[in-house]
Amino acid sequence: MSIITALWALGILALIFGAVLGYAAIRFKVDSDPLVEQIDEILPQTQCGQCGYPGCRPYAEAIANGDDINKCPPGGDATIKKLADLMGVEAKPLDAAQTPAVKRVAFIREDECIGCTKCIQACPVDAIVGASKQMHTVIVDECTGCDLCVEPCPVDCIDMVPLASSIERWKWDLKAIPVKVLES
Amino acid sequence: MSFKIASSPHQHSQKNTAQLMKLVALAAVPGIAVQAYFFGYGVLIQLVLAIITALSCEAAVLAIRSKKIKVKLLDHSALVTALLLAVAIPSYAPWWLVVIGTAFAIVVVKQLYGGLGNNLFNPAMAAYVLLLVSFPLPMTSWLPAAPVQHLSVGPVDAVCAIFTDFSCSGYSVSQLRQDADGISMATPLDTLKTDLSQGYTTAESMKKPVFGWLSGEGWFWVNLAYLLGGLFLLQQKVIQWRIPVAVLGSLFGCSLLAWLISPDTNASPLFQLFSGATMLAAFFIATDPVSASTTEKGRLIFGALIGVLVFLIRSYGGYPDAFAFAVMLANMTVPLIDYYTQPRTYGHKNKGAR
Amino acid sequence: MPTLFQQIQAGKVWDFHGGIHPPSRKERTNQKPVALLDIPDRLYIPLRQHIGVPGKVLVKVGDRVLKGQALTQADNAMAVPVHAPTSGTVLAIELHTSAHPSSLAEPTLVLAPDGMDEWRPRRPLDPDQVDIYTLLERIQESGISGMGGAGFPTHIKVNVKQPVDYLIINAVECEPYITADDMLMQERASDIIAGIEILVKLLSPKAVLIGIEDDKPIAAASLKAAIGQKDNYFVREVPTKYPSGGEKQLIQLLTNKEVPAGRRPLDIGIVMQNVGTAFAIAQAVLDDIPLIHRVVTVAGETLAQQQNVLALIGTPVSDLLNACGFQAEPQQRIIIGGPMMGFAIADWSVPVVKTTNCILAPTENELGAASDEMDCIRCGACADACPASLLPQQLLWYSKAKDQDKLAEYNLSDCIECGACAYVCPSEIPLVHYYRVAKADIRETQREALKAEQAKARFDARTERLERDKQERLERNQQLAAQRVAQQQASGQATQSAAAVQQALERTQQQNAQPLDKEQIIAERERKKAEALAYQQQKQQAVTSAPVADDAATPAEDPRKAAIAAALARAKAKKQAEALPEVAAEPAPAEAPAADADAKKAAVAAAIARAKAKKLSQQEPEAAVEPAPAEAPASDVDAKKAAVAAAIARAKAKKLTQQEPEAAVEPASVETPAPDVDAKKAAVAAAIARAKAKKLAEQAQVQQIEPAPAAEVTEPVAAPAESAPEQDAKKAAIAAAIARAKAKKQQNSEPL
Repeated sequence: MSIITALWALGILALIFGAVLGYAAIRFKVDSDPLVEQIDEILPQTQCGQCGYPGCRPYAEAIANGDDINKCPPGGDATIKKLADLMGVEAKPLDAAQTPAVKRVAFIREDECIGCTKCIQACPVDAIVGASKQMHTVIVDECTGCDLCVEPCPVDCIDMVPLASSIERWKWDLKAIPVKVLES
Repeated sequence: MSFKIASSPHQHSQKNTAQLMKLVALAAVPGIAVQAYFFGYGVLIQLVLAIITALSCEAAVLAIRSKKIKVKLLDHSALVTALLLAVAIPSYAPWWLVVIGTAFAIVVVKQLYGGLGNNLFNPAMAAYVLLLVSFPLPMTSWLPAAPVQHLSVGPVDAVCAIFTDFSCSGYSVSQLRQDADGISMATPLDTLKTDLSQGYTTAESMKKPVFGWLSGEGWFWVNLAYLLGGLFLLQQKVIQWRIPVAVLGSLFGCSLLAWLISPDTNASPLFQLFSGATMLAAFFIATDPVSASTTEKGRLIFGALIGVLVFLIRSYGGYPDAFAFAVMLANMTVPLIDYYTQPRTYGHKNKGAR
Repeated sequence: MPTLFQQIQAGKVWDFHGGIHPPSRKERTNQKPVALLDIPDRLYIPLRQHIGVPGKVLVKVGDRVLKGQALTQADNAMAVPVHAPTSGTVLAIELHTSAHPSSLAEPTLVLAPDGMDEWRPRRPLDPDQVDIYTLLERIQESGISGMGGAGFPTHIKVNVKQPVDYLIINAVECEPYITADDMLMQERASDIIAGIEILVKLLSPKAVLIGIEDDKPIAAASLKAAIGQKDNYFVREVPTKYPSGGEKQLIQLLTNKEVPAGRRPLDIGIVMQNVGTAFAIAQAVLDDIPLIHRVVTVAGETLAQQQNVLALIGTPVSDLLNACGFQAEPQQRIIIGGPMMGFAIADWSVPVVKTTNCILAPTENELGAASDEMDCIRCGACADACPASLLPQQLLWYSKAKDQDKLAEYNLSDCIECGACAYVCPSEIPLVHYYRVAKADIRETQREALKAEQAKARFDARTERLERDKQERLERNQQLAAQRVAQQQASGQATQSAAAVQQALERTQQQNAQPLDKEQIIAERERKKAEALAYQQQKQQAVTSAPVADDAATPAEDPRKAAIAAALARAKAKKQAEALPEVAAEPAPAEAPAADADAKKAAVAAAIARAKAKKLSQQEPEAAVEPAPAEAPASDVDAKKAAVAAAIARAKAKKLTQQEPEAAVEPASVETPAPDVDAKKAAVAAAIARAKAKKLAEQAQVQQIEPAPAAEVTEPVAAPAESAPEQDAKKAAIAAAIARAKAKKQQNSEPL
């Protein structure tokens, strides 16, 4: 008999607390950024499409709908970790196995360019200028290094070249300084 | 000929970790000598035991962790840990006590936390607490100072006592501690505590032979010797003034207040300063860089906290001396203290990182 | 409570947190006069020696320049020019190792001095007679940028809109060893004061504070003597402590003010200039001597003569060291700047630049190299030494963890990289190096973030544009359709067509109704056959005559080009037919009849095409060796156009080699060159056609690829040579010869 009383008591308490919690959840709902926005913020915005979606935002939407978080090579592990934190899931290794170690940008070998505009159409960030039958060139500062222009080029005149190191961007890598041996 | 590349600064002060540790050990020499004079040669044997244990444990763990053994052993940090523990335990404590303590200090407290620089607690003090809690009897079996000893104890006796529990003449350590009447003599702090709890006044208690001028017989000189060593460290800029001053200041302040209120039930401030491990702790233990606070204000708070805790435990706690507990408790608060005492960065209005 | 200004007037000097006292070792050089050196053999003058952008180069390789002549021109506010330090010849403008920790190469002008040291005409100014804009212009034109550290353009720093309370002259020179400013003050105090007066004219400050460390009594005395009785000039001797020469630290020492984080001293009414800069300003204005030399301390125990020298900008470090009797150790370090903040160089051809104040060549005993980094023991000595009151330990942890948020929280950006923390660290942790790496990473992250933002904006803009274009196209199509309907309606075509339909219907009905007339049907068939035949003939004719028509159509414009194009196309077609059962190697177009054509061009075009073809054939697994393509001869020829055509063709070919060949051949389809007036277009079209033909040829192949027969390569080579008319036969012959040689080489090197 006493067990039944206890069960009743607990059951009623559970109902009351459930109701209170439910009410609180609706009443004090925190308006946060929609999930897609937050994911989109984290993604590197290279618009490279290596995830299989046409751009970062579509991928963000896909993640919000349950796609894997490890499909973004330009973002690398850092992005995956942030996404994992946001989504509350385990961080996974990058799908595409290798991440580009050095930053690269596209470079058009201009004497070989035939002016077909195919790369211009492929570039997601309009970083290639040129007109039909005219030589094209890449705006280095705008290039995100997404690789998307390499494939369409019919004459294979686009290379991904490592970004030239400059004094402004130098990262204090003293070991990389070549030591010159002098004859004394 | 090729030119070597290095990052600035290209100049370094001559003090490195090993040298600092060596100076600490050097500064402890007068204290150890005085301690050996008053409390027997046992302390030297304990020292040897502790150093051997510490170095071999350190080497073993470093080997397991595949670190550079030679470089890390030569930073002398294990040496200092061993030294502090050896002088903190009773001179004629059995040999296994110091071995267990040192091994625990090095292996568990220091290396398991990631080695030098990563330990939360002062290794020597954590080991001391372990021993005190696990083996309370041998850990409190201090012999009275030489002048009041009933039976004289020579160096050979010390070896025998430590390794066999009996001196060469066949006395046990507890017999050595007895006075002519066959009553065990405790340390001055212990005696005072017991007497006060039994309703004696401070003045009455202080008439006992274990007390001498100002504080316990022998203990005053030991503390004075460590104070000298501490001043040497300050002069050498091995330690900063803030922690010792805060420890001594707060201990002095608390005991002065208590003594002024009730001189019969409280020891005098100077007695507090020159009893037990006060000077050793203030200059050698609390200033351990690894486990102490690192900000300027934090060091003052850290030191003051130790002083207050020592006073509280000595006066109202269950143990006669309290530095090990006080230092460990203060060690725990260090992350918090450091976080809230960050200095104001040049050019910023707000203090510290927020 | 006295005001700040009263306190300053009373001579009060404040203190800053932390600081260290490294051995100064200045006595070695601060009692010897500044030495003059011979003009070096070569001067390497970096085009950019300041923070900002380089100027526009004014001289050409081979020009003779006079001493003081501007080599670059400031075309931008952040640019300052560089000048020829002596007269001589510009040998080159090339990349040369820069005076920067990275040792990266920067554009540098190499000057060969002629030893005459001949000045350009000079126009000294009287600062009292000219307005401040003239002065500012002169300061910029003279290439003056801060000589104390970073090298910020001076004309920007002294061109202020806000009121200035204090002009602080930094004569502290707190780094060990360096005495360049000390010597300058001892020897040229009156010039320095003259420079300060010019600065005062530009800035009109309430007071001039000259901060100098108390270990330079002679310099301080000379300055005081030079100032004389001037009002509101205060020489303030600050205690010797490193880094009291830091901009922020000196401000705190002299005024007890702090520059708020992320702001400039100007925001609290202070402008600071280095004594060396003041001297350079005086020289530029009063004597019209641009910044072409500076005092450099050359010190270190590997030198026989430790001294200050007046070095021309651009002098290689090696020259300076050798002039001072340099004896290198095996693991020698050479440091530009002082031991605390200087950087080691790997290549001693690095030149002296405007910010180079010291060159150190210490022995290992003198400045021991850092030993191994040990574990941090949390001693806090770094925090005690930090002049910015940072927590170097925490910064170290977060730098190692690359936690940029935490680093920002602990104000890493306020670190001035003075090196005090690393100096005192008992574990010899290169703290500053960790911070520099972390700072560079943070800058990179910020750049990336900015770039990502831009990329996103551009992506969105593009998406929007594409969407808009699509919409517009749709609308236009709809409009056109609507227009057509409307026109039809208007012109009554709708009714006409309706009538036509009606008629057709009626006709069929009639036919159905009438019995079939056999003869009629046969006749009809015959007629249709004839029509088809005629049509086919016509088509064939058109094909063959198309290029000819081309010629005819553009005789005035460019008959030669057209002819070449036509010839190419034809040649290709033929080759295709020949090569049908053969290889993927692209046949070279060459059988140019080119009667009246320019043989040269034809030859070149042919050569290029051939080269490409060869290259292509090289790509086949059989022919592994790649000969250098013979594209080069195109000097005065219109090679580009030909190259375009060739490239297209090559591309198509490439695509084809990748595809699985399967279908049947139809070489006829090759012969569809677009009859176009423009020769270029014709060429392109021809190339495309050729490629298509190839594709088909390829497809005919069932993967039995043979190595390109050498005959096929050599044969066309001969053609242009034969057909080349006399006038340019030579060149064509050469081209042909080269091509032939290559072909032969290839043949020889072909694996058997």
